[in-house]
Amino acid sequence: MGLFDQFQDLMRSHAAVKAIGADPFGVTMERVVSPTEAIVEGRPTILVGTNNYLGLTFEPSCVAAAADALETQGTGTTGSRIANGSYGGHAGLEDALARFYGRRSAMVFTTGYQANLGIISTIAGAKDYLIIDADSHASIYDACKMTAATVIRFKHNDPADLDKRLQRLAGTPGNKIIVVEGIYSMLGDQAPLAEMAAIKRKHGAYLVVDEAHSMGVLGDKGRGLAEVAGVEADVDFVVGTFSKSLGAIGGYCVSDHPEFDVLRIRCRPYMFTASLPPSIVASVTAALAVVERRPELRAKLWANVNTLYDGLKRHGLLLGPQKGPVVAVQLPTPELAVQAWQALLQSGVYVNLALPPATPNGASLLRCSVCAAHSRHQLERVIDTITEVAYQIGVLSEPARAAG
Amino acid sequence: MIATDEVFTAVATALEPFRKEGIPVTAETDISQDLTLDSVAMLDLLMELEEKFDVSIPLNLVPEIRTVGELADTVRRLKEG
Repeated sequence: MGLFDQFQDLMRSHAAVKAIGADPFGVTMERVVSPTEAIVEGRPTILVGTNNYLGLTFEPSCVAAAADALETQGTGTTGSRIANGSYGGHAGLEDALARFYGRRSAMVFTTGYQANLGIISTIAGAKDYLIIDADSHASIYDACKMTAATVIRFKHNDPADLDKRLQRLAGTPGNKIIVVEGIYSMLGDQAPLAEMAAIKRKHGAYLVVDEAHSMGVLGDKGRGLAEVAGVEADVDFVVGTFSKSLGAIGGYCVSDHPEFDVLRIRCRPYMFTASLPPSIVASVTAALAVVERRPELRAKLWANVNTLYDGLKRHGLLLGPQKGPVVAVQLPTPELAVQAWQALLQSGVYVNLALPPATPNGASLLRCSVCAAHSRHQLERVIDTITEVAYQIGVLSEPARAAG
Repeated sequence: MIATDEVFTAVATALEPFRKEGIPVTAETDISQDLTLDSVAMLDLLMELEEKFDVSIPLNLVPEIRTVGELADTVRRLKEG
């Protein structure tokens, strides 16, 4: 058996998708013009699949800070924090994050994936239990694979099922660590965090919340779902990323745990990888200041969310269960989703295509992410284009069109 | 040895939709090779069995479960505590 024979099924399904047209998993942005526009296949294209929620990728203060750090501190750190030392910027960013969240400690990782991988795999010991939402991100599942802890899944966003699972463990030794996400990346729904925090208290468990898609998006201060739900004191570890609202790359964890810093000499995904380059650290630090200084960006994002979500809903398209910066249009089959995705790209609208098994309940999704920098005109064009394509492929029918 | 018990029957029934034509589900049926369910369908199926038997099946045990009989054994063991 050949080394790559194990991928035969995957290659076959990928080839079938590519046979319909452009490769949804291999798009090249020939030139990115702004947070919301790029040239793709030679065409000006509106970007509605970036996770760039606040539109900070071209924010002048972030670009200037990055350029200055690049000039004065060089292109990279060429090593890990543990073996090769931290730069002042790393410590400065950690201080800024701890301040932003009102927490005792913060730790910066090189990617968001590594932040989940590192924190979850390290805090869960061999005799402990990780109780994770069934629809958790791959980084959470991968973290679970790295531990000797017992891993139990509960039904997605179902506090009663979470309670039941913890009840079954009552009296067993070992820490119970619940892991949930603020906003789930595929359908954009939020965890019922207040109820989950109550369950956490009832069972004396720990709570980790991944705010990757909710940081900068939810809460008066932009701290995420825990802030909105009023349960920040119950969240033992907040994990997040710099690659969405903060417009760069990297990950972090904040916590009030007094011994948190021991993770720096125990957490392998932190220890055995090169640290973030100075330019990224500088742009993220500047972006965090923008999140604090300009709450109007969040207001603009939510106005845009309303425009896109309500606009698509009005035409009768099936969307995710909850309004938010991830707007997922659900299509009946993967084939129709691929066809629609390609038609959209040809019409100058880039969204994400999400297919099973990466999606919950086998859904086929045109996943849109809204940006504070989208103009009303852009969003109206996106709504018109998606609706038009939905008619073309027969997902919407004429009577609905007349009503719309 | 387990072909007649309640847990095995429930597991075999839950796997019925993934049976290949003409091949019966027995205790020796290899879940990943002899049936048509992928890893995601397997996780959904586990959730269904957890609900039915009021147990939590740790994810860590899943890679060790090869046959239908082993799956039924795992559920039974967890149920008996």
